[in-house]
Amino acid sequence: MAANAKYDVVVVGTGPGGYVCAIRAAQLGLSVATVEDDRPGGVCLNWGCIPTKALLRNAEVVQLVEKAETFGISVQGMKADYAAAVQRSRGVADRMAKGVEFLFRKNKITLVPGTGTLKSKSVVEVRGKDGTTTLEAGRAVILATGSEPKSLPGVAIDEKTVISSNGAVRNEAKPKSIVVIGAGAVGVEFADVYRSYGVEVTLLEALPRIVPIEDEEVSTQLTRSLSRRGITIKTGVKVSAVKPLGASVVVETDGGRFEAEQVLMAVGRGARTKGVGLEALGVTLERGFVKVSPTMETSVKGVYAIGDMAGAPLLAHKAMAEGVVAAEAVAGKNPRPVDYGNVPSCTYCRPQVASIGLTESKAKEGGREVAVGKFPFTANGKAVALGETEGFIKVVADKKTGEILGVHIIGPEATEIIHEFAVGRTLEATVDEIMHTIHAHPTLSEAALEATLAALGQAIHI
Amino acid sequence: MAVTKVVMPKLSEQMESGKIIKWLKKEGDRVQSGDILAEVETDKADVEMEAFGSGVLRKIVVPQGEKAPVGTLIGVIADENEDINALVSQAGGPAPATAAAKPATADRPAASAAKPAMADRPAAVPPQPKSEDHAARQPAPSRGPDSPGGARVQEAAAQQPAPGTPQPVPSGADGGRVKASPLARKIAAQSGVDLKLIHGSGPGGRIVRRDVEAAATSPAATAAPAAAPALRPVAPSVTGPEYEDVALSAMRATIAKRMPLSKAPVPHFYVTSEVAMDRAWELREELNGLEGQPKISVNDLIIRACALTLLHHPGVNASFQGESIRVYHRVHMGIAVALEEGLITPVLRDVHAKSLVQIAVEARDLAERARQRKLRAQELSGATFSISNLGMFDVRDFSAIINPPEGAILAVGSVRTVPVVTDQGLGVGRRMALTLSCDHRVMDGAMGARFLQDVKRLLEAPLRLLV
Repeated sequence: MAANAKYDVVVVGTGPGGYVCAIRAAQLGLSVATVEDDRPGGVCLNWGCIPTKALLRNAEVVQLVEKAETFGISVQGMKADYAAAVQRSRGVADRMAKGVEFLFRKNKITLVPGTGTLKSKSVVEVRGKDGTTTLEAGRAVILATGSEPKSLPGVAIDEKTVISSNGAVRNEAKPKSIVVIGAGAVGVEFADVYRSYGVEVTLLEALPRIVPIEDEEVSTQLTRSLSRRGITIKTGVKVSAVKPLGASVVVETDGGRFEAEQVLMAVGRGARTKGVGLEALGVTLERGFVKVSPTMETSVKGVYAIGDMAGAPLLAHKAMAEGVVAAEAVAGKNPRPVDYGNVPSCTYCRPQVASIGLTESKAKEGGREVAVGKFPFTANGKAVALGETEGFIKVVADKKTGEILGVHIIGPEATEIIHEFAVGRTLEATVDEIMHTIHAHPTLSEAALEATLAALGQAIHI
Repeated sequence: MAVTKVVMPKLSEQMESGKIIKWLKKEGDRVQSGDILAEVETDKADVEMEAFGSGVLRKIVVPQGEKAPVGTLIGVIADENEDINALVSQAGGPAPATAAAKPATADRPAASAAKPAMADRPAAVPPQPKSEDHAARQPAPSRGPDSPGGARVQEAAAQQPAPGTPQPVPSGADGGRVKASPLARKIAAQSGVDLKLIHGSGPGGRIVRRDVEAAATSPAATAAPAAAPALRPVAPSVTGPEYEDVALSAMRATIAKRMPLSKAPVPHFYVTSEVAMDRAWELREELNGLEGQPKISVNDLIIRACALTLLHHPGVNASFQGESIRVYHRVHMGIAVALEEGLITPVLRDVHAKSLVQIAVEARDLAERARQRKLRAQELSGATFSISNLGMFDVRDFSAIINPPEGAILAVGSVRTVPVVTDQGLGVGRRMALTLSCDHRVMDGAMGARFLQDVKRLLEAPLRLLV
């Protein structure tokens, strides 16, 4: 099979895994081609992380204006235009995608538009929108085709009444009411956006609590915060059917019927492995994801897989880290493998949720004797001044060694504060090092110090 | 709730009393099980004493600088409100050996010496580097002047490193910054791993948690080479005092007490043999030329040869028990290490089942820690046979005193380049003298001689040491 170009690396997919991988490979002096059937940036930049953060910022502004009175500012005639929010969000996504295109040019990375399919372990067939095909050959092929929203059995997503995040991020018209199925990060974030724009939101979760991968106390706090905002939350309910009923849709569960104008399916994402050519090559899958080595190589030598398709956690930053590892492995470097135990997890609803490491109960299950410290933002000067006192920071440490086993934050800028602990854990710092680090006053990060002190029984401000 | 009596632990077979060098906790300090309470000088080593209970260190019964017999109450850990008056007022008389720290019973007959003293649980987890806190380290024994150019000297000395570099590692070399993560340091301190003996696998060779955890389960991989002192000119003096009396260190006192107990009652006899070391020398050079291999010393080859030979000569791996002779099926090798203030013989256990590389790594680790006085209590007893090597001092041969209840000890001289008679006439060869000191109650001359002959054969055809 003749290929019309020979690269060191062909990267299939330009989401956060693929584009970072391509740039890192180019930095290492490799010639790189990328294959993309949408705009560069993948789901993250175009339909996921970035546009939703733009929507959530809108939601935050709406909430701030609504409580402007508490700052002594009166606002009359506020109009929150949802279509404008979506348009702004599209603009943000567009700008970021252009950024990736620019980075590709800067790093002399070839972008081949079309859908890539592996024809051999070194040749990718690219089918363009017009149906023409080209062959791109690489010394190594890195697959980064990502994931797509899953649905429940028997429930078809039409992106009109039953929508996924793909529809939610595009639709300029908001429903009057919506049932969100699944209370992970995606479900909770959209529940927040819709509720801020006055939509009646019902949030359903099959597990006993919302944001179920987070620490239990975080779930409890978030339930309280979202309920206070008027979101109806039902946990431990299994959906048995989703049926259209006139202009609306009915969700039947073992905990009752819920009717709304729309249903948002946020029950998780599955790897995009179909049509990639994995089967013919004999690439091993494991529970629907591509099985990879610590250097991201699949069961077929020279073929790598990164990002969502290579398994949990399905997070852009994990994909980026894997992209770097794969690029360095192909370049013959000896990359440090991704530390999957140290990937921060972030949810951008209000209050924000961020965590790293083990929850308190997981740490205890592991047989560790733990010391737990908790500090509420109500006792943090900066949070009080901001008027953002919901939430807390919780530090779970090993009682014997002071190892920081896990940190759980719910509250203002939680997703920024978490990195103090991410760095700490990477450096194998213990509670003592956090304790001896001077934290500027007044900052939200002081709560990180105080929670650490609390684990040592030495919190000052509580 | 709970009261924990802190008693002077029995840290070695011969230990009768210990001196509190330093309390690391003050009265009123909160103490957790596993914290280091105090540093204790025993007859053999300075060790750190660990707390076996949590609470508050309510009372220090034996103050810093004082000695206390094994089993005596030296402190009390209890909750803040606990009434400890009765307990403290009893102090003075030795506390029963069943106290919380569970020291081995003091009156255990010496006959059971083969069993390591603290086999079940060491009363104190000793040698630990407290890397963050150099000031708190046990006082290093006073040592000579700094040794300029020590690194060069030490390379020469490293050819036969194990026992007896005459002075301990200067704290200058010792105190050099070890790159290790804070967590690695804590785990090392708690598991008794010496960070200076392990390789870091983190960025820039930083020691991270996994390195310490690996080292805690297997002996440390590479020993930092010991620095040797440089000779220094001593100005001859005809003025000043004619002599001074130097107080006995605990170690010197023990040696003074124990050696006559060996030399007088144990009827020693000596067998000496000369070994052609040419092939062993070449083999060692070749092994040490391999990349990534731990360095093998001549002493390691001898340890390995003795261990293998003892399996075939169980009569030499034996101990006189009064009514019987105890013949050991396992070989625990005592390796004499000279220290500035005396001599210590850490034990390499089950050496018959260890490869040459394992022996090299573990012997070096033991010697290194012996010099830093950081041996664990259980590493100081239970030998079935010992080796003493003075080869690095250019000693042709010497005879060693048996360390009872062992039945024999091998004294190793230097490997010398000497003229040898060959079939072709006169040649140059490497020769080494081995002198076996034997307990005549356990074995006879021929038995010792046959053992020595087999050791010699092994060393002269050394490939078998590798398999």
